[in-house]
Formats: sequence, structure tokens, C-alpha cells
Amino acid sequence: MTEALTIEGLVPRLAAIAGRENVITDPLELRTYECDGLTSHRAVPALVVLPATAEETAAIVALCAAAGVPFVARGSGTGLSGGALPREDGVLIVMSRMRRIIEIDPVSRRAVVEPGVTNLSVSKAAAPYGLFYAPDPSSQVICSVGGNVAENSGGAHCLKHGFTVHHVTGLEIVTPSGELTWLGDGTGVVSGYDLVGAFIGSEGTLGIATKIVVKLTPLPEAVHTLLAAYPTMAAGGAAVSGIIAAGIVPAAIEMMDALSIEAAEAAVACGYPEGAGAVLIVELDGPASEVEAEVGCVRSLCMKAGATEIRAADDAARRAAIWAGRKSAFAAVGRISPSFIVQDGVVPRTALGAVLGRIASLSADAGIRVANVFHAGDGNLHPLVLYDDGSSAEAEAAEVLSGAILDTCIEYGGSITGEHGVGVDKSRYMPKMFDADDLDTMQLVRCAFDPASLCNPGKVFPTPRLCGEVPGARRGTHPAVAAGQAELFLWFTERAVVLPSARLARPCALRGASSLGARGASPPGAGGASAARPSRRASAARRPGGVPPARHVYGTCAARHVRGASPTRRVPSFPRRTSPSAHHTYQATHSSRRTPPSPPHPYQWPQGP
Amino acid sequence: MSDEHDQLRSVIKDCVHCGFCLPACPTYQLWGEEMDSPRGRIYLANQVLDGAELTAAAAEHFDRCLGCMACMTACPSGVQYDQVIEAARVWTEEARSGEPVPGTGPRDAGPARGAEAEDGGLAGVDGAEGPSARAGGTTDRSISPKGGADVKRRLRDRAVRAAIFSVFPYPRRLRALTGPLRAAQRTGLDRRLARGTLPDRVSPALGAALRLAPPRPREAARGVLPERVAARGPRRAVVGMLTGCVQSVFFPQVNAATARVLAAEGCDVIIPRGQGCCGALSLHSGRAEEAARFARRTIAQFERAGVDAVVVNSAGCGSAMKEYERLLAGLPEPDPTFALAGQEESVSWVARAGALSGKVRDLAEFLAELGPAAPRHPLPVTAAYHDACHLAHAQRITRQPRELLSAIPSLRVVELPDAGMCCGSAGVYNLLQPGAARELGRRKADAVLATGARLVISANPGCTLQITAELGRRGESIAAVHTAEILDASIRGLPAGSLGVR
Repeated sequence: MTEALTIEGLVPRLAAIAGRENVITDPLELRTYECDGLTSHRAVPALVVLPATAEETAAIVALCAAAGVPFVARGSGTGLSGGALPREDGVLIVMSRMRRIIEIDPVSRRAVVEPGVTNLSVSKAAAPYGLFYAPDPSSQVICSVGGNVAENSGGAHCLKHGFTVHHVTGLEIVTPSGELTWLGDGTGVVSGYDLVGAFIGSEGTLGIATKIVVKLTPLPEAVHTLLAAYPTMAAGGAAVSGIIAAGIVPAAIEMMDALSIEAAEAAVACGYPEGAGAVLIVELDGPASEVEAEVGCVRSLCMKAGATEIRAADDAARRAAIWAGRKSAFAAVGRISPSFIVQDGVVPRTALGAVLGRIASLSADAGIRVANVFHAGDGNLHPLVLYDDGSSAEAEAAEVLSGAILDTCIEYGGSITGEHGVGVDKSRYMPKMFDADDLDTMQLVRCAFDPASLCNPGKVFPTPRLCGEVPGARRGTHPAVAAGQAELFLWFTERAVVLPSARLARPCALRGASSLGARGASPPGAGGASAARPSRRASAARRPGGVPPARHVYGTCAARHVRGASPTRRVPSFPRRTSPSAHHTYQATHSSRRTPPSPPHPYQWPQGP
Repeated sequence: MSDEHDQLRSVIKDCVHCGFCLPACPTYQLWGEEMDSPRGRIYLANQVLDGAELTAAAAEHFDRCLGCMACMTACPSGVQYDQVIEAARVWTEEARSGEPVPGTGPRDAGPARGAEAEDGGLAGVDGAEGPSARAGGTTDRSISPKGGADVKRRLRDRAVRAAIFSVFPYPRRLRALTGPLRAAQRTGLDRRLARGTLPDRVSPALGAALRLAPPRPREAARGVLPERVAARGPRRAVVGMLTGCVQSVFFPQVNAATARVLAAEGCDVIIPRGQGCCGALSLHSGRAEEAARFARRTIAQFERAGVDAVVVNSAGCGSAMKEYERLLAGLPEPDPTFALAGQEESVSWVARAGALSGKVRDLAEFLAELGPAAPRHPLPVTAAYHDACHLAHAQRITRQPRELLSAIPSLRVVELPDAGMCCGSAGVYNLLQPGAARELGRRKADAVLATGARLVISANPGCTLQITAELGRRGESIAAVHTAEILDASIRGLPAGSLGVR
């Protein structure tokens, strides 16, 4: 059966599941799906299919699993790390037709939605009940809740309200073997392993969410927004520290530097105070009396830090005017620079001043402008590295600078991504943050869900992938093996040396997951007739045999033995990509440089001796 | 011409693929497919620009675009999508009609293709990795895509298009058709026909046309409007007025109201005789050459009128007339057939188009600029204001009509939910894509009913036809009127009933 199903052979089968009109094979049409919001990484999928129901999705995944074809789920295609980058040898499963809001339960303050529903439409649907869905990524008008789950999306207001993971209590998922099951019970009370927590932020590598139970938050009684102008970024940073130290948790604290103010001014004429070196936007929400007290406090703290001007907005129109500049900033930077890279890194709040200083000096050394727009409250930086894509030297320098900024974040105890995710774009930075043991442990989790490595392969983890290495991607003897640094295991074959930990990689762990879901007492959306029953399995969708076909892999999930490696146990260092278009290079799409669909394999070695 | 292609490439280059246009796009709302979103269509257009052969599937996505330009309002990067879709429509029209559209083919096969290959748009979307494929002139082919045989429209569809474009832009031909239509309406034949499946079997466009056909106007157009309507009171401006095709045939009362309002506000209104189509229908359907012919004629007519401003009460026409310069800039200069007597031959059509476009004002835009002079009388009714796409998105006029309406005593204006969404009319879209148009019409009617308004105000005849037809189908007695009619009623002190409010 396996060999009979080529990609082309899948077309009639997929058409039987989702309808022919929802299976895309036209070359021009396929290409429109070649990238998400990060256009520097592109790969034209072999097929695109748009299922309408969870059952269709499960059947599609089961079909891919049976055929050994990799598959990638995509929502609205707004991701900024290439998390939904298709596979040229795989099927892209687009969830944008699954966009029903199945239930709004104002009493339990929760909603059950399909993954293609846009973030903002959940809030719109909840608004008549005085509720809203709190995570608010900048792309909330179009980004899908399913995509938010995959990336654990945040937004300007997650400082107070939390990320997606804090607002999702149950998930119906299609496992990478095509099984439909529930994680969590929709109450948010976790007994046993928090598999919802494991799934959220897994960047589409653990399965595809088909129904999502989200918490709804009461709309705040009062919202008050302040805009404070400072002569320098350091003064603004001091104000942020002062506010947090005072024990106030604003809904959002955003900061923009002079360059990004200039851009926003050019795009939307936001009318921020003239000549400001930095502006701070502080939004307070909550009960009116609390907000009122906090506004006074924040105001005096801002003045104490040296604010040259403070504007207040307590009505929607003036609030919108303040936010207009901030929200337009990314796209607006395009007006002051032909190309730019949007970087995403996190630093401890206390290190904000130092890191911004370092970025400024890096920028001056490289002779490349960097605009800073960021979520100051939680130290999530978005340096925008501006360059001219007409000059390859400048593009190269921008790329290097952008990498150096991430290095700085790590150096100060931060992270390589705050909210954009790792995807394909930052997988090469993973070894800088995590050592081999960490990565191996993550792989164990992944393999527990997806032993065949068909579900969004090539994302999050730096190559080499450890378990379920796709056959053909690497042939011949692995250099680490040849050098005696690693042992070779054959996985799932008679000859395989199956270590106890490697056994975990079998699908049994997944069964555990679904039985947990089955045990979960109250079905999400109980009371809503249309809500799906928990743990309903698509019987037809189950993987035949339950065991993936034999694969030859180098190393196993847990048992890669590296001998004589460097003290940090980072095996081996990854050559930096020479392509300048590795980050979120908006304009890289439009230049003649083209990143190959998959980054060059760091282990590429010549065949033969 | 490579200039045009470079221009188009630079427009496409502005797109950062953020996806903010997707929720604004009616077809993405309907189908949820990337190719039926502006972002996807830009991607398709870029592939064609890079030399890909236009496939039937891709051409269909261009055809399905309503051209509502809601995406341009939504776009944070300022992508000029209108230029992309207009070019794409020309390619589609050429490939699908099976013959080169006059004036577009040979011109496009210009010599300077090499320059474009250097760095354009979504470079490399054609999959070419190496420099050989990029610079080596392999893309050296006419931009007008010679799609495969399956790209061609079916004979019936081509016939429908031919029929539409040989009737609608010609008020006299359109008027000739109203005779049989009125006869059918008097006998009830039209309703019987529309209920059956026969018209749809002949052509879905015919079925749609029957469903959309407006009833007899409330106020018969008593004769033709005079060539000049004098200002009441001191003269504040001399304006020209476009009567339009659909507007003048199906909604003569709107034109009469427009002239009365302008005169009441102190304008001498010049209504040139023998006006033809402004070219909007053709321009918005990829028939650039045909549009240019109409445009030159219109330009010459209003030049002769010698007016301060040209006031347009149909949003689609106004939007097209403001784009005359760009339309004509892309076409070769014809013989100066329409040149004014005594005018220097050196004045190019492009310059003349620019001069006229500078004078074009939508009625609401003009009245808001002018400021009110005539007193308004109360009009106690609740009305929903519908943003016509070519007014709100293409011309960015949303504030002015609301200001004018809110100045009318006792008139309560309510906003429609999802106001920026197209009603599905979109020129002749509701004839060419009846299925999608009906679904959008249904959604718009739901939105209108949700407000509880007794009146819908729209500044475009197409929208009025579309919304009226859908509300009528449901047996709702909500009248649809033009902003001019409301203002006219208020200035003249007429009761709400005169507008058809029951």
C-alpha cells in the first residue's frame, strides 16, 4: 500500500475526502502557498488541501501517514518564523475553511472555535456578552486561532493577560498518525500531564488542532492609555523599571525609538511629540477605581524618569490615535528603508538598557540603522534592521548584525524568540540556547507524538534531525559516526538497538494521550449540541499497523552518544548561512536572492571518501 | 512596455505578505483560499509577470476579484492593488477571449525585457535558482499570457460578456431595453421568468439580470435634464455633471435630485448633452482600450463645458474618472480627433486627462468642500448608510457623506455591521459571477436588516440595484436611495414617504 501511494496518487484520494475543488494542483495556485508571513523562506508544496471538518483533516493526515508523505498545517499564513513553510515533497493542509465559531458560552466564559477562525473574530463574537479573547497578536485581524495555538502567540497585552497557553483549556487534535482525540477537558484544570501545554507552542510538530476551547475574559471596566515622551531610550527604560518595581502590572508597555517614530509618522501621521528620542505607551485596564489610582501613579513615575511630555487617552478615539503609530510601525518602516529584517528576541527587563545600548553600538559599528519597537513590559525586543537590498554587501552586513543582536540577547540571559517562534528561521540558533541534552529531550517529546517525523518536519530543531530522519536526506556514513563520535542505530528494525528510552518513541505514548482525553469527564463545549464529543476517533483514520515503516536513522531520539565532543557538547557548530535573507526579510522576497527551500544541510558531505 | 512592467513590479514589491488584506477581501471571506485573496492574486500576477503561462485556474481568480479595493484600505504598506488587478484583467481578458485585446498585445512585447529580469517583484518565484535562468532572457516573451486552450472562456460566457459590453456603456441602447423590461414587469412575466430556471439555463447572467432589474422609478424622468440648471441665489460655482449610463436609465430621479441639490447650494450646473459612458465598466473589466475611447470622449466633452468641477454621483464612475491620467498614460496617443478647436496639438491626452481628473469630485465630496447654503428641513427616519466600495475604498470618501447626512435634522443614520464589505454588485460582477454576488448580497441584506433601518442610503447605482433586489426578494419594504435624494428631500421639505419609506 505504501509504495502505491505517490504524491500524485494522493490526489484522487484527497479529492474523495475533501472534494476535488478543495485539492489544489495548479502550479500557479500552488505557488501562492509557498511562504507565510516570512517570505525569505519559500517552498512550493506538492499539493494543497483545504479540509472543511475535523474528520476530513484526520482522514487527510491518516492518508499522508499511510503514504509516508510529510504534511504541514497552515492557518492564515501570517507567521514570522516560517513555521508553516510547506514541504516540496509534501501536502499542505490549509485550515482556513474551518472557521466556525462553534459555541460561545458566556456563563462558563469560554468559546469553542475551529482553528481557521481569526483571533479578532473570537473577540467580536464574544463582545455582546461583555467578554473578549485576550491574546492579541499584532496580526489579530487575520491570524488564526489554530496558528496562535501552534506558535503560542502573545501580543501587546500579554504582559498582563498572558499568552495563548494561558487561554486555551482544551484541544481537539489530529495526531500525526491521523487519530482524532482531545487534549484537556476544557475546564483548564489539569490532572495528569499537561498535554495541552505541551501542544501549544509546538509549532505544528505534534499534530493539528481541529477544535480549540478558549477562555473568554471580561472586558475591562476602564481602559486608560498614556503616552510619555523621553529624550533617550535609557530614560524610557528607567520608567519601565520604575512602573514594574512599583508593583503595577499594566495591560501593555510599549516603547518606540526615534527612528520608528519617524517611520510611523511618515505612514500614519500619528502626531507623537516632536523631537522625542523615545515614546512609551502604557495601557492600564481593569476596574475603574483601580485604573484611576494606577494612572496617577504611572504618571508620576513617568515624570520622575524624565518624561518631557505625557498625553493621556481615556476614550476610544484618542486611544486609537496613540496606538495607530505603534501598530503601524512594522509596515511603516518600509517607508524609510527599502528592506528590513524584523528580529524577535527577549532580554530580562533589567537588562533592557544595556542591551539597547549594545544594539546601538553594534548598529553604529556596522553602519546600519536599527529601529526599535518593542514590548518593553516583558523585555520582548523587535529590532528592525534597515538595509538596502540593492547592495549585497549591506544585506550581508544587516544579516550579520541581526544575528549579533540575537547573540546579545542570549548573552544577557534572554531568548532567541519572544513570540514569532523558531520555525525554520531560527532553528539554527537553537543550539546556542540549548545544549544537546536539552534538544534530545525535546526530540523525545516530539517523537512521542510523531515517531515517523511526518508532521511539519524540518521545523524548530536544527538539522540534523534525530529521530525519524527522512530517508534520502542523508546517505552514506554519517561523519560523526565515521569519526567514532556517534553510534549508529537502526530504528524499528530487528537489528535496532532499542534502548529503554527509545521505546518511548513508539506511538504508545500517544495512545496514553488519547485515553487521557477519553477519561476527561466533561466534554469541551458540553451543553453545546454541535460541540464534538471528546476522544472521538476517526476509526478509518488510524494508522494501519500502528508502526511506521522501518527507517534507517543516525542516532536515536534518546541514545545519541557523542564522544569526545566539545565541553559544551554542541555538535558540531552550524555553518552560518551565507544567504542574507535568513531572517524575516520582508523585502528579500522581492530581491533576486532566493533562499533554497531547505537550508543547506550542515552535514553535507561529499559522497565517497 | 518595460516602463509599465517596472511600474507594476515596483507596486508588487511593496507587498510584504502580511495578510492584513485577507479579512477585508469578500472572496476570501467566501472561500478562504489564498488565491482568492489580494495577497494571493498579487502572487499570481507576479508569476505571470515573470513569464509563467496563465492557467485557467489562475485566470478564474482574477475574474472573481470584485475590484472593491477594500484591500487597499486595509493594507498597511500602501500597495496599489488597483494597478495590479487592472493589469491582470487585461491579461485575463486577452487570454480568455482568445484574441489579443486591441492595443495591448504588441505594445507589451517590448524589447526591454532584460531589464525587468534583473530584480523584480517576488523575484525567483518562477523557481529559477541560477543566474542563467534569470538574466538569460528566458522570460523574453510577451507579457500578455498566451494561456493554454482551456484558459479561453466558454462560448456562452464570451457571448454574455460581448452582450454586456455592447449594451451597458451605451445609455441609448440600455434605454431601448427598458421598453421590453417594463412590458414584462407590467404583465408580471419577469417575475414568473425569474422564478423558473429557464433564464439561468440560458445563462446565469440572464437570470441574474432579471432578478436585479429595477422596478419603474418612483418619479418618472420627466423629459431629459436641461443642459444648464441655474444656481438659486448667489452663484458659488459652475459645475459639470455626469449623468452616467445605469444612473441615467434606471435612476433618472437621482440625477434630477443631484442637479436640484447642486443648484440649491448655489451652483450653475452644466449637463453636457450626448454624454456617453465614462469608461468605468470597461476599465474595471480589463478592457483598457475601450475604456480609453470612452475616457477621451468624456474628457473632450467636459473641457468644452468649461466648468470649475465635474460632479459625479456614481461612485464607480467617479473613481474611474479620477484615474483617467493613469489609464491614458499606458496607451499610445491617438490622432487628436477630439482636440478642442484652437487647442495646441502638443497638449497630450495624458495631460488633458490629468487636468480633468483634478476637477472630478464625488457629489458628497464636493458638497462637503463647498459647505451648506440651503436650509435643511427635518426628515424623521432611520437610515443605514452603505459605503459604496468605489467611494469608500477607491476614493477614500467615508467622512463627507456622513457629515452631510448628520446635518439633516431628525435623520438618524446608523452604521452597518461590517460596513467595508462589498455588497456584491461591483459593476457588472453580479451578472458575470452571479453566485458569489448573490451570497454577498445576502450578507449585506442581513446587515441592513440587523440595524432596523427603514431606508438604505448608497451612492452608487449598482449597489442600489443589488441591495434592493435582495431586500425585495425577501419581501422587505426597505427603500434604497441615493445621498442626493435624501438631501433633495430635506432641502425641499418633502416627507420621508416621498423617498419610498413605508
